[in-house]
Amino acid sequence: MVMKADRTLDCVGLYCPMPIVKTSQAMMEMQPGEVLEVIADDRGIKSDMPAWASKTGNEFLGLKEDGDEIRVYVRKK
Amino acid sequence: MAEERKRGVTIVLFSGDLDRALAAFNIANTAAAMGLPVTMFFTFWGLGVIKKEEGRVGSGSWMKRAMNLIDRGGAKRLKLSRMNMGGVGTAMMKKLMAEHRMPSLGEMIAMADQLGVRMLACTTSMALMGLTEKDFIPQVREFAGAATYVSNALDSEVNLFI
Repeated sequence: MVMKADRTLDCVGLYCPMPIVKTSQAMMEMQPGEVLEVIADDRGIKSDMPAWASKTGNEFLGLKEDGDEIRVYVRKK
Repeated sequence: MAEERKRGVTIVLFSGDLDRALAAFNIANTAAAMGLPVTMFFTFWGLGVIKKEEGRVGSGSWMKRAMNLIDRGGAKRLKLSRMNMGGVGTAMMKKLMAEHRMPSLGEMIAMADQLGVRMLACTTSMALMGLTEKDFIPQVREFAGAATYVSNALDSEVNLFI
């Protein structure tokens, strides 16, 4: 999966709830349709980001794993 | 979020333990980041979590003052509910959390405020413990009783007592 992101958020080394809180804050500054890439290494994000997106009405586009690094993509609605 | 059904989270923080307070703010901040209205109601020992670090020793009878002298409260002074070991365990836990770049309780409280979490202090417990509005951190803007809490809880789907 090749994803083009409008903005990248580095959350490597951060644990719950920080990646979600930072995602929420970043999305507030973004325009509808833009894609946010979040890089994290707390595996909880694999479940948390789709959950966050479904409850906030944003679109979870998918994730990529490379070793411990997880890249997740969400589109602002 | 134009759904008709009720949404939102309320948390009663009854405990003044560091670990429980961290868990409460973790959930509150996550829910707020999910766009939900969040109300935290601090009562009994939970008031210690939102007391000013530099707070005075309360007012009123010697018993009330003694209670606040023995337990000054404030986010930095809270102890773990287990393995405190005279403060050594709590210090170790804080060190581990810092090593993992986890926010401190003080940072979690500031974050909650930024995310719009409503923080209410229980006026009944305040009276019991000789505390006034001035004894609390500025993020606590509302002082209310159980009816305010229950009213919020009825409008929310998730209601926790910690």
